[in-house]
Amino acid sequence: MVVWTDFERTAIQDIFSKIDYAVVGQAAFSRCLIVYPWTKRYFGGFGNLYNAAAITSNPRVASHGKVIMEALEKAVKDMDNIKATYAELSALHSEKLQVDPDNFMLLGHCLTIVVASQLGKAFTPEVHAAFQKFLAVVVSSLRKQYY
Amino acid sequence: IIFLGMKCPNSTANNKMTSLSAKDKDTVKAFWANVAGKEEQIGCDAVSRMLTVYPQTKTYFSHWKDLRPGSAPVRKHGATVMTAVTDAVSKIDDLTGGLLSLSELHAFTLRVDPANFKVLAHNLLVVLATVFPNDFTPEVHVAMDKFLAAVACALSEKYR
Repeated sequence: MVVWTDFERTAIQDIFSKIDYAVVGQAAFSRCLIVYPWTKRYFGGFGNLYNAAAITSNPRVASHGKVIMEALEKAVKDMDNIKATYAELSALHSEKLQVDPDNFMLLGHCLTIVVASQLGKAFTPEVHAAFQKFLAVVVSSLRKQYY
Repeated sequence: IIFLGMKCPNSTANNKMTSLSAKDKDTVKAFWANVAGKEEQIGCDAVSRMLTVYPQTKTYFSHWKDLRPGSAPVRKHGATVMTAVTDAVSKIDDLTGGLLSLSELHAFTLRVDPANFKVLAHNLLVVLATVFPNDFTPEVHVAMDKFLAAVACALSEKYR
């Protein structure tokens, strides 16, 4: 059972209320495909992902980035039940999409970097720690249905 | 494409994950020029974040009086780390050779688990993103990530 301090709850909810899902989603997801190019293996149907320019301007990447952020919002809205919230998504990633779960934190890293660049000084070490904890819980929940 | 694991082998074999192209080196050198004058601020923030976000790293600094973000020992160590990274940039054509004595220090004296190199690298990248939101593009990010992985590799060289 994850225990969230008041500071952590507020910090997470604050971040998600401040960011534009379309902008941050596209930036984080495209960054993941560029910085960790092996993650492209899961997106064969997305069209041209050949280089950074193609990835950055790819409309499927942009829309999928937004999908990811909307899925993360589900966890933000019910922080005490993240494992249950992602049970189905976990099974999907494991059984249908067959994503190596080590990749989840790679996207997490890129999201952290994009949020950091958006918030600047407001992304203090303490806020960063709260965000990292949130991502760790999300990743753990997504790993749950793998066997 | 054969997937090569993130861990670099402790050998001089060419590892596609960490060998830097000419473009990578140019990108790193050009971007790192922005850091001039901000080393202390960036180093302090990176170490502060590492200790706060990844508390297991505090175990290496039990001899410090104050482990809080921005404390004197944190600030000093941040400066030390940044001096070393700046030096590594200047030795980018031969990191293994250039960082030999630092590797010996980390291997025999400090005995830092090399998994932690990635942790500090990640926190440094986060700080760079906050300080240079426009310059820290995805292209710069990947070059810097590769560079710091190569530095970590060179630091691991003498471990076993």
